[in-house]
Amino acid sequence: MSALLTVENLTVQLPAGGSLRTVLADVSLSIAPGEALGLVGESGSGKSMTARAIDRLLPPGAQASGSIVFRNQNVLDTTPAELRRYRADVAMIFQDPRAHTNPVRRIGDFMTEALRSRGVPQAEALERAVETLEQVGVSRAHAVARQYPHELSGGMLQRVMIGAALLTSPKLLLADEPTTALDVTIQAEVMAILDELRRSLGLAMLFITHDLELAAAICDRTAVMYAGQIVETRASSSLHSDPLHPYTAALSAARPDVTRTLPRLRAIPGRPLSAFEAPSGSCAFAPRCSHASPECLANMPDLISLDGGMTRCVRAAELRGQLEAPDA
Amino acid sequence: MTAIALRRHRSTKLRHSFAVLRRSFALLRQTGPAGIVSAAVVAVATFVAIFGPWLAPYNTELPDTQLAFVGPFGGHLLGLDFEGRDVLSRLLAGAQSSMVGPLAVVVISLGLGVALAVTTAWRRGFTDASISAGLDILFAFPGILLAVLATAVFGPGLVAASIALSISYVPYVARVLRGAALKERGQPYVAALEVQGASGPSICLRHIVPNMMPLIVAQATIMFGWAMVDLAAISFLGLGVQAPAPNWGVMISENEVGVLQGYPLPCLAAGACVVLVVIAFNILGERLFERATAR
Amino acid sequence: MSRRRFLIRRFIMLLCSLLVASFVIFGSLYVEAGSPLAALTGGRALPPSSIAVLDARYHLNESFIQQYWYWLSNALHGNLGISIEWRENVTTLMGNLTGTTVGLVAYAALIIVVLGIGLGILAALRPGLLDTSTLVVTAITAALPSFVAAMVLVTVFAVELHWFPALGNGTGLGSDIQHLTMPAIALAVSSLAIVARVTRAAVREEAGKEHVQTAISRGIPMRLILRRHILRNAAIPITTITGITIASLIAIDAVVETAFSLNGLGAFLVKAAEDKDLAVVQGISLVLVTAFVVVNMIVDILYAVLDPRVSLGTTAQ
Repeated sequence: MSALLTVENLTVQLPAGGSLRTVLADVSLSIAPGEALGLVGESGSGKSMTARAIDRLLPPGAQASGSIVFRNQNVLDTTPAELRRYRADVAMIFQDPRAHTNPVRRIGDFMTEALRSRGVPQAEALERAVETLEQVGVSRAHAVARQYPHELSGGMLQRVMIGAALLTSPKLLLADEPTTALDVTIQAEVMAILDELRRSLGLAMLFITHDLELAAAICDRTAVMYAGQIVETRASSSLHSDPLHPYTAALSAARPDVTRTLPRLRAIPGRPLSAFEAPSGSCAFAPRCSHASPECLANMPDLISLDGGMTRCVRAAELRGQLEAPDA
Repeated sequence: MTAIALRRHRSTKLRHSFAVLRRSFALLRQTGPAGIVSAAVVAVATFVAIFGPWLAPYNTELPDTQLAFVGPFGGHLLGLDFEGRDVLSRLLAGAQSSMVGPLAVVVISLGLGVALAVTTAWRRGFTDASISAGLDILFAFPGILLAVLATAVFGPGLVAASIALSISYVPYVARVLRGAALKERGQPYVAALEVQGASGPSICLRHIVPNMMPLIVAQATIMFGWAMVDLAAISFLGLGVQAPAPNWGVMISENEVGVLQGYPLPCLAAGACVVLVVIAFNILGERLFERATAR
Repeated sequence: MSRRRFLIRRFIMLLCSLLVASFVIFGSLYVEAGSPLAALTGGRALPPSSIAVLDARYHLNESFIQQYWYWLSNALHGNLGISIEWRENVTTLMGNLTGTTVGLVAYAALIIVVLGIGLGILAALRPGLLDTSTLVVTAITAALPSFVAAMVLVTVFAVELHWFPALGNGTGLGSDIQHLTMPAIALAVSSLAIVARVTRAAVREEAGKEHVQTAISRGIPMRLILRRHILRNAAIPITTITGITIASLIAIDAVVETAFSLNGLGAFLVKAAEDKDLAVVQGISLVLVTAFVVVNMIVDILYAVLDPRVSLGTTAQ
């Protein structure tokens, strides 16, 4: 089964004060049809930028190199018509639903706009929108369709956003931290809806979050990003128990666990780097890594295959089993 | 106080004044080149406004119609106006009446505006709602119309026009400053002072208003520009400063005949003065406003 | 608060504004020490018969409130009193002049809308030479008061280039437009600057908003996004500033009419103020203030129509 989406050596640079800054360095990942891939990282790691690059939503002046291939089509170089079709096949939902909906347009208008601009008649589009609203758990869908965004709660609005994304029958859903801005109880509900819909529709998903456990919970595989690079890709079930990169292990260990008490929180010393702050000739995480060796500072590590996953740690093989896991 | 303590006290005050001056210059430098140039223009204009009548090289009021509209020559850099008077001298002398009116307008409207803003912010509730509603209703009177009405009743002159204009500006000032006053009111230090037993008026006067100063100064500067335009317009209409007194607005009006006859210099020179000073005040005011609201 | 309640409340405020304004206008008779009679006659000496007429017409023997009531009800019926200078109905005198003023303000409003908003949108969507030059030009014209602009325009276009007549009204429709063009430009010029700038800022800001990103990510064509999201949303602040600016034209129009020697309400108002012809001053002030308040209310209504989030007593100002 060939991959639905393949990203290879994606490098993205953004203009900043007259020069170009690297925000993504050599990112490679792939998603199979129906598969959910989690993309985890802290601020500045480049996870949001990866999704935007895939959806061709980069800010003006951005330079992207490398390849993004979706169903055998090169995404970075398309005709306008091909781009429109691509945008129907790949849908994106965002972190703050309120900022991402037009406050002066009604919900029904918002949801049906993509369909109507593709020639679907108004009445039919609205019917489909109402159906989808019910699918995402919005009751009184007809009434909601006539309301304005400011009349709905954050959780409701995010469901609307998810529903709207599904209307064009996409094959891949890019979810950029969809629950981060919501209250915890609502988070769980929205995540449940996403998960169920995904399975029932056979939708592939790229799920971006800063929460390693959340990603592992609903994604088949998880990729971890640091300083604009992928540092580990692994099946979610193995990510916790057998991480292949010290950063992943440190991330899991740093999360406070309600079931245990610790004398102090295990924070990672230092602060996360963006790609343009990281040195180009050595491992970006080395300064903060408790397992760093001189070899780590000598060369930029490549992504190597290991036990079904990928890792960007030169010492990965020898460190297996010794990297801290939370229940150690 | 003993003599020594007195001397120390005075030198401290002197040092304090220097510190304020130094801080003002530092602030000015931060407003960028446009801000600095504008401040310079404002300073020059103020200087001319104060000393203008003494700086004017020629007599400003003696007419000599034989020499009407003679172009620049000899010591007359800008030529002569419609009654043969030196244009440059009249411009220098006219700065005074052109700028003192706006000053009065700014002082009065800011005084009332700050008082209203702080009162509504302090009392909140019903006082706030009623005063705000009242001010909203007062928005009905555009400044120039109120000034024309006032001069119709009280007779033409700078005083009536200035007071009318001030009153028409108050609703706008009060609204802008009310937001800032409310913000100050909500600061924790105000609650702390209240708990300590300080009275409302004293907190307002000694803490809230001084903390609003950057915004008040910025607003004053911007409004000075508007007031200058409005008052020059009223003098242009013949309802403000009366001819033959030198005044930029009056000069534009009385030299209009020159424009029609092909001698635009006296009229346009006066217009240029108004425009330059207003631009300077606008730019300076905007820069100060940006700084005041950036925090 | 629902939109309907907002609009009702706004309308009530309109009536209150007008009431207060009319009160101020009427009360100006009493402000000077001395009787309203002195104010009405403007210091002229009149024969006793004329004074008796004034007494009866203005009910000068009755209380202040009753005089106000008579004056107001007369005004509402279209009777604004008699001009002491021209011995004619104020209403009749005004009628002949209204056309000029309305035409001038409408002409200037058209210039502001077409040029101001148009330039603002173009400058926002095409960064580069057009944008920078718009910024520079608006920075200069923003500080150009209408009477100075008038003088510059007359100098350049009337006296030097002979493109337009310098002063006065025209004689027919075509000639009218010719005569009103420079005055309309003078009236519009400083307002143009602020409308262009606000438009540019509003369109720029909307174009950068996240909901536009959402629309782009769904493959909606750019021209649709421009119309339905960017311009539609920017229309809120643009309409507000344009409306407020047009309202302010009503006041500045007196200055421009005087500068160009036009026969309009504004010029007549100024002349009446000089002549201390109070009935005329009151009548014209009442009409102009009413127009000003009504335009402002229309702005508020449009704001409520355009923005469904409007609530609790917010006004466009």
